Formats: sequence, C-alpha cells, structure tokens
Amino acid sequence: MSGADNVVWLGSPAFPEAARGALNDTRMRANLRRATGTIRDRRLAVTAELDDWEELRHRAAEIKRRTLRHLDGHLLRLEEAVTAAGGTVHWAADAAEANRIVTRLVKATGESEVVKVKSMATQEIGLNEALAEAGIRAYETDLAELIVQLGGDRPSHILVPAIHRGRSEIREIFRREMGEWGRPAPEDLTDDPRDLAEAARLHLRERFLRAKVAVSGANFAAADTGTVVVVESEGNGRMCLTLPQTLITVMGIEKVLPSFVDLEVFLQLLPRSSTGERMNPYTSMWTGVTKDDGPQEFHLVLLDNGRTATLAEEVGRQALSCIRCSACLNVCPVYERTGGHAYGSVYPGPIGAVLTPQLVGVENAASLPFASTLCGACYDACPVKINIPEVLVHLRAKTVEAKRRDRLLPTSEALAMKAASAVLSSPRRLSAAQRLAALGARLVARDGRIGPLPGPLARWTATRDTPAPPRESLRAWWRRTRDEGRTTVEGDGR
Amino acid sequence: MRIALFITCFNDTMFPRTGKAVIALLERLGHTVEFPQEQTCCGQMHFNTGYRPETLPMVRRFCEVFAGYDAVVTPSGSCAAMVRDHHRTVAAQYGDATLAEAVERAVPAVYELSEFLVDVLGVTDLGAYFPHRVTYHPTCHSLRMLRVGDRPLRLLRAVKGIDLVELPAAESCCGFGGTFALKNAEVSAAMLADKMRHVLDTGAEFLCAGDNSCLTHIGGGLSRLRTGVATIHLAEILACTEGSAL
Repeated sequence: MSGADNVVWLGSPAFPEAARGALNDTRMRANLRRATGTIRDRRLAVTAELDDWEELRHRAAEIKRRTLRHLDGHLLRLEEAVTAAGGTVHWAADAAEANRIVTRLVKATGESEVVKVKSMATQEIGLNEALAEAGIRAYETDLAELIVQLGGDRPSHILVPAIHRGRSEIREIFRREMGEWGRPAPEDLTDDPRDLAEAARLHLRERFLRAKVAVSGANFAAADTGTVVVVESEGNGRMCLTLPQTLITVMGIEKVLPSFVDLEVFLQLLPRSSTGERMNPYTSMWTGVTKDDGPQEFHLVLLDNGRTATLAEEVGRQALSCIRCSACLNVCPVYERTGGHAYGSVYPGPIGAVLTPQLVGVENAASLPFASTLCGACYDACPVKINIPEVLVHLRAKTVEAKRRDRLLPTSEALAMKAASAVLSSPRRLSAAQRLAALGARLVARDGRIGPLPGPLARWTATRDTPAPPRESLRAWWRRTRDEGRTTVEGDGR
Repeated sequence: MRIALFITCFNDTMFPRTGKAVIALLERLGHTVEFPQEQTCCGQMHFNTGYRPETLPMVRRFCEVFAGYDAVVTPSGSCAAMVRDHHRTVAAQYGDATLAEAVERAVPAVYELSEFLVDVLGVTDLGAYFPHRVTYHPTCHSLRMLRVGDRPLRLLRAVKGIDLVELPAAESCCGFGGTFALKNAEVSAAMLADKMRHVLDTGAEFLCAGDNSCLTHIGGGLSRLRTGVATIHLAEILACTEGSAL
C-alpha cells in the first residue's frame, strides 16, 4: 500500500472545488462560526491565565523536536517498558499492516465487535472499514464520533468531529439510526442537549457492559515507564479502557515522549489549547496489564504510515510535533469558512494541510498546501510552535517541483510564473510592462476602475473592482522629476 | 544616513502616490531619500506560490541594488517580511556563499515604514492633518511576521483632526493571500465579505492599512458594492498636512 491509500479518503475533489460546495452550505457555516468562535475565546482566556504559557510552549516544542531527533531509541525503550509490564508491542509499517494486526488480534479473542475510544490514528488508517470487511463491527463511543458514525458521515474537525452539525440534525440522526445499531432513541426525543446526551448515554451503556475488546489511540506514551495516556472529556473512553478484557491501542510513532515527567508540560498545554479548559475531565493512564484489574491483555500497535518519510524532511518534520489539539483549526479563517470535509483528509485545517501531503506524498494532495492565505494565525496558536506557514510554502515548492518532473509540457501557471519572473527581475522589462499595463487599462477602465473581465482575470474581477494603473509609474515619475540630466537611468536588462 | 526607498513592484505600477507620500514624509523630516532605479521585486509571489528557482534572480537583484544603504524603507509589510524571512531561505537553497553573505548584509537594513519612523527615527507625531473618519486594518504579515504591533496606530493617533475608529475583528485575514485569491477565489470572497461587513460597521470614510495589496482586495470589494468607503495607505495619511489635506 502506498501513496494516497495510506490515509483514508483522499477521493474527494481538490480543495477549491470541495470548498465551493461547503461555502454554499450556510447552515454548516453558521454552526462552524459559532463553535470555533466559542472555543477560540475560551482558549484565549485560559492561556492568558498562565504567566509561563510562552515558556511552556517553548519547552514543549523543545521536547518534541529533541524526541523526534532520536525517535528510534525512544521507541525501542517504549517497547521494552511495555513488554516488561506485560503488554505486547507490534510494529506496523503502513495502514494495511496495522489493520491486519488489529483484525488478527480481535479474531483471536473470538469476538465480532469492539468498542472504540476516539482516535485519530484509527481514523487515519480506516480501521473501522477494515474491521467491517472482516466481519467485525466497531462501535464509536465518543459522543461526537457516535453522531458521525450514525450519520454515515465523515469527521469535520479533529477534536469536535460533529462540529458541522446542529442540535436538530443530531436529533434526526439519533431517531433515524440508533435503532439500527442498538438501543433506539426514545420516541419523544427533543433537540435539548440534555435529552440528546441522555439518549446517547443509554445507547452507549449497553455497549460498554457487553464489550470484551476495546480499541483506542494514544495522546502520549512515556518511554521510560511504558505508560500510555488518553485524554478525554466525557469518560466514555475510560469505560472502554477499564471494562473490556482486551485492549488494543494504535499509536502513531511520533506520540512517544522520553519520560513520564514530560507529561507535566503537555497535560497543561493540551486541554487549554484544545477545549479551552484548565484541565480535561478524564486523563487515563495505563502501564501494561494489572492482574484482576482492567484489561488482562494489552497490545500496542506502533504505526509508521508515512511518518519515517516525514521525519527525513528537514523543514516538514516539525509537523510530527503535533499533539492534535486543533487550536490551529479554530483560528484558521479558511477552515472557518469551509469546514473539515473540504480538506479530504482525516486531518483537516492548517495542520492537515501540512501533515496529509507529507504522509501521502505531495502529488496525492497537491491542492492542500495552497489552502491557506499564509496569515500565520495557526503558528501563533500552536502550543508546540509548529511553523505551519513555513511548512506550507515548503510543500508548495515541492508540489511545483513534482509537477515539473511529471509533465512533458509545463502548466500554464508555470509558464506565467516564468514570464513574470523575467519581467520582475529586469527594471527595463518591468518599465515596459508598466507602460503597457497603463495603456491596456485605459481601454477597459471606467472612472478609473476596472469591472468584471473575461479570461484569466475573471476570478479576480468577479467580486472585486480593480483600480486602473496610473499613466506614470513611480520610477517614471522619479526619472522625470528627479533624475533629469543623469546619464544612466535604467537597468542593463538582466 | 543613506536611505533608499524600496517601493515594491506592485506599488511602483499601481500606487506611485504611496511612494510619493513616503518620499514627501521623509523629506519633511529632513532626510534625503534615494530611489535606486535598478530595483524590481522582492519575489514574494513566486516564493509563496512554490516557484523558488524563479525567485532567485529577484533575490540576487535586491541584494545588489540595496547594498551599502543604512536603511531600506518600504511601504509594504508583506514585502518587508518576504525580504527579512525568506531571502535567506532562497539564497541557502539555490544561491552560493556570496549571495548568502549579500543577503545577510542587506536584510538588517530593511524596514517597513512604521518601524522605520517609530524605531529608527524615533518619531510618532509627523505633523499630519487628516480630518476624516478612519479605521485601520492590521495586515497579516505586518501583524504576525514583522510584529509591528501598535506602531501604525501610534502614528495614526498623532494625526490631527483624525477620527480613528476601531475595526471589529481587525486581526482576521481579509482573504487576499496573493495567489490564494485566484486559486481559492470563492473562499477568498467569503473572507472578504466578512471583512467588508466589519469595515461598514465602523461607519468610516477611509480604510487604512500598511499594504496596498490587501487594500486593493478589500477596496475592490467595497467599490464593487458601491459602498463609498475609500481605501488609503498609511503613508498617504501621514503625508497629508494642513496645507495639503485630502
């Protein structure tokens, strides 16, 4: 398995086309604006409370960068510690291998269903679909993931997968679908949040009490102790992590931290950055297995799936520092308008735009590095200081290079850029172009403004007037008024 | 102090009046400004769109043209950020050691206009007079790459007669983003719509910023909708005096 196959669902159209559809969904845009606005304000309030917030960010960035530099060593230590504590470690090179391992482990228990803790890694590899093919049903237990699963939908946000759904839509989904999956929703279900939560609680409770196998992801794992950590809000994850007999955790290899002590930094940064809370309600940690308490069998699947290749990228590897807080999504003006589906990946928003092309290869997600205005709000918000704009422009260059390599004839954009470079690097040619532009503009301008135009300018002029360039550029004015009498005035035409 | 004006290719072609305003301002403060005729472009469009080899000749030219000046002043936060943040990247990737050195020599001399006035010349009151209602949009690159902070606002507050009103959600991007406005035209237009709504909410006659590119985008929308709100570069407000008010 390679290329676009290793991160699910890049079958959607390129970003600009997908975004066009999303922009027309006014209900979704209203839901998104409200939700991201609320989280954004809460985050600003709770990060401002800490005097050492900037120092924490700095320490987190340092720990992550250092860990990535010696990732192999930390992973081997983690394997050793997990094994010593009674767990079993599996290594998966890609999505297909990880899915095979998990399927085999579930089959070995004799069960045909699993409960799931919300996990990006299993979304990334399409585990639920792979299990379904093997006749195993995976039940999502996180409330938002439940809404997405029941709705036959895709997650639209890393942390709040159902962010694009409103209350009345959720009521409809529950009434229509819950019965298909287990305990049906009550007949008189309203769209009151308490009512909806109660329906989900009753539906899920049956599931927890029956489950023998659970599948989770991991927010962190400490290499020195072999401790795996999951951070969540609802406690549904904790039910999955304690009640079943067998626990299978799928974890991206970049999630390892050298030491248990490092959690001190990240457990402060993550909840404040993600949900705007001082502390998340549930933090579950487990180290191997404990006799007669919790799961008696523990498997840790260490997932590469493009991460080693990303690690080899000098500029791009910083994306592996991501702790999936989604602060960058909530501040991104592009994400706010389009929602997550337009990115065609389980990792949407600014971090998705840099992570996905690296995991699947830039040629398979060529429109994503361009899905940003480079406004920089994401970099300011990132708790581990990933310079997302820097990685975006780096990946844009790689995308252009990939296109150059793969095509016999250059794209029209490449031709235009080459021509523009020739004009913009020569004062003589720039001067000539300025005179030509002023002349051309005079033909189409009315009252000094240029209205809608056909051809390549249509996309700009559809919504915006353009001022007509004046008759005289600054350089021409300077030459006329200040430089008179001098001998050399223009460039050598290089 | 030898001061050079880096007008930027866009201002040179479309907004020579911004360049004239910068020259007038600096001369009013008693400085001589040079305008090297060999200058062209910072290369931002090519760099940000992924055309790095094509950026190289512009980086090379910039370093040659502006070598030896004590200060290179530009009325564009975006182009200043390109020179300061990315010329090094291009030189390291495609240039040679000589170019890398030339970049290191040129970069420290480059200032965005408000930085130069406040930090280098140490003035905020330029004796300007502008009796109009104005709102200020801090453009993304000035705000987050150059960190110009409240320097432009300090300059504007010192303008006599001005009625400076705060722009709601001022720090959110207007949706221009260079080639983003073409590649993702619809998303760009959606962002522009919100920015225009906020501008109209202020009741301002003028929208001011330190970058004509963002102003062309927002102003283009305001003009298409016949709102009557004009856009103006910071330098042009600062250049207005009682004798030459708009």
